[in-house]
Amino acid sequence: MNSPITIRVQKVKKNRIRERLFIFLILVVILLLVSFFADKIVPYAPYAQNLSLSRQPPSAAHWMGTDQYGRDVFSRVIVGAQASVFSTLILVGVISVFGTAAGTLCGYFGGRTDSVVMRVSDVCLAFPGLVFALAIAALLGGGISNAVIALAVISWPKYARVARGQTLALKNSDFIAAARLAGDTSAQMILRHILPNILGPILVTAMLDIGTMMMELAGLSFLGLGAQPPMAEWGNMMSGGRSMLQTYPWLVLSPGVAIFLTVVTFNLLGDTVRDYLDPKNAGSQ
Amino acid sequence: MKHYAVKRLLQLIPILFAITFLSFGMMRLAGSDVVEQKMENTSGTVSQEMIDAAREELGLDKPFIVQYVTWLGNLLRGDMGTSYVSNKPVFSTFVSKLPATLLLAAVSILLTVIVSIPLGIWSAVNQNKAADYVIRTASFIGNSLPNFFVSLLLMYFFAIRLNWFPVISRGVSLQSVALPSLTLAIAMSAKYLRQVRATVLDELSKDYVLGAKARGVKFSTNMMKSVMKASLVTIITLLTLSIGSLLGGTAIVESIFMWDGVGKMAVDAINMRDYPIIQAYVMWMAIIYVLVNLITDVSYRYLDPRIRLGGTEQ
Repeated sequence: MNSPITIRVQKVKKNRIRERLFIFLILVVILLLVSFFADKIVPYAPYAQNLSLSRQPPSAAHWMGTDQYGRDVFSRVIVGAQASVFSTLILVGVISVFGTAAGTLCGYFGGRTDSVVMRVSDVCLAFPGLVFALAIAALLGGGISNAVIALAVISWPKYARVARGQTLALKNSDFIAAARLAGDTSAQMILRHILPNILGPILVTAMLDIGTMMMELAGLSFLGLGAQPPMAEWGNMMSGGRSMLQTYPWLVLSPGVAIFLTVVTFNLLGDTVRDYLDPKNAGSQ
Repeated sequence: MKHYAVKRLLQLIPILFAITFLSFGMMRLAGSDVVEQKMENTSGTVSQEMIDAAREELGLDKPFIVQYVTWLGNLLRGDMGTSYVSNKPVFSTFVSKLPATLLLAAVSILLTVIVSIPLGIWSAVNQNKAADYVIRTASFIGNSLPNFFVSLLLMYFFAIRLNWFPVISRGVSLQSVALPSLTLAIAMSAKYLRQVRATVLDELSKDYVLGAKARGVKFSTNMMKSVMKASLVTIITLLTLSIGSLLGGTAIVESIFMWDGVGKMAVDAINMRDYPIIQAYVMWMAIIYVLVNLITDVSYRYLDPRIRLGGTEQ
């Protein structure tokens, strides 16, 4: 299959994927910068009420109109990025690190710990996702950090499974045996030989998970189980504007479109990272 | 085959125990016990003696495990206590609301099948052509829309602007079920479209299809039939597996459209801290989910001749 044409085709394909990766990375970096400096770039104070200006339709002064308290919706959407993006990134970061650690250790050492951890993950997976999150959020009460905890509890097994499966597949390969013969300790084996080799699939899972987690987190806030008013968070803002959908649709549409665009950006990056790391597109370097 | 089913049923027992134990433990952890909750609702001064007496009467002074066993015994007799808010039995409340959720789930799955299977096949057959790109883009968009936003968009355009459907459901009717089920079907179709496409593409790249092409057999309905047959097992499995998560995922949509099912019941109960109802919801949803997955797993083994005859374990 390695005719010059195949090699050329693979190279072109790989270059295209690299270009896309570059573009989407830039988009995500812009998004992160906007969330990070949200406080400084907003045209109005996002929490300042001005009842004489309440429920203004979108205009040149207020691009997305104002809400029932006269707060500028555009500013609130920008500041809302902070809550949504950063809490999602923290959530995905925590579950991917914890899940990977648990899965790798289970896969590597096996034995009783392995079966206990896997049974625990079975039980976590036995509850339909959102149901368990609802229960935990109900138990802990509102607040965005509690919503993050609720989603973390139900989501880590996914990573543990991927990491465990990959570790099991690697465990009996020749280079691991060679490393063992060379006298590497278990810690060295895991850190130097196993982890670097399973990082690809974990990264892809995590990247593709960001969008889903962001939507679920906003969903919990929408139900009143995540971020609480008056915090500017997209799910929370939509929930607040819901009763005025008929007369003031921009209160729902603006944060909704913001969630949609953010999730699209992360999903595009996730898909591209997956294509980039896919061995089928490896090309000849 | 029978051996496998029995094995899976036995594996279910510890999971069911874990589910009931967690659901029970959750109530305890919530910190407010039945007595305090009830006393809060009845105005007037309550002495510590009255609380203690009521606790003893309800068996709350006994150790945790004893309480759990008692609770489990009651549960097996269909007694899950009474709601803090309505004072009605929890179990019958749950059972009375379940049909609405099941109907919503069934209509959503039907819509998903109608949308995702033909489009997925069409997309696979026209791989990398315009139709494929359009369908894939649509599925990508569907995957990136949170369902509460889809609900509100549908509500705004079809109920408020066009006035085709009621804004909040008026009982169980075809008109009322349309928008909530469409919301759920959009998310599911977006997901399954991709998988149908991948499955069919996988089947299309197999040797028998290539062989037929090489022999000059025209790409006909006949051939599509054999491809379909082979892909169907996977597709049906995926769909049945989604029933469980669908039942859990209805909560947000139900409460937006005021659809009177168990999801809305749970969200309302959470807002009012009605723990017995939340407990029943979590537990029964988990049990239904586990059972559906089990049935799918077992029937999948039965449907797939490679697994049935080969007897290979994964």
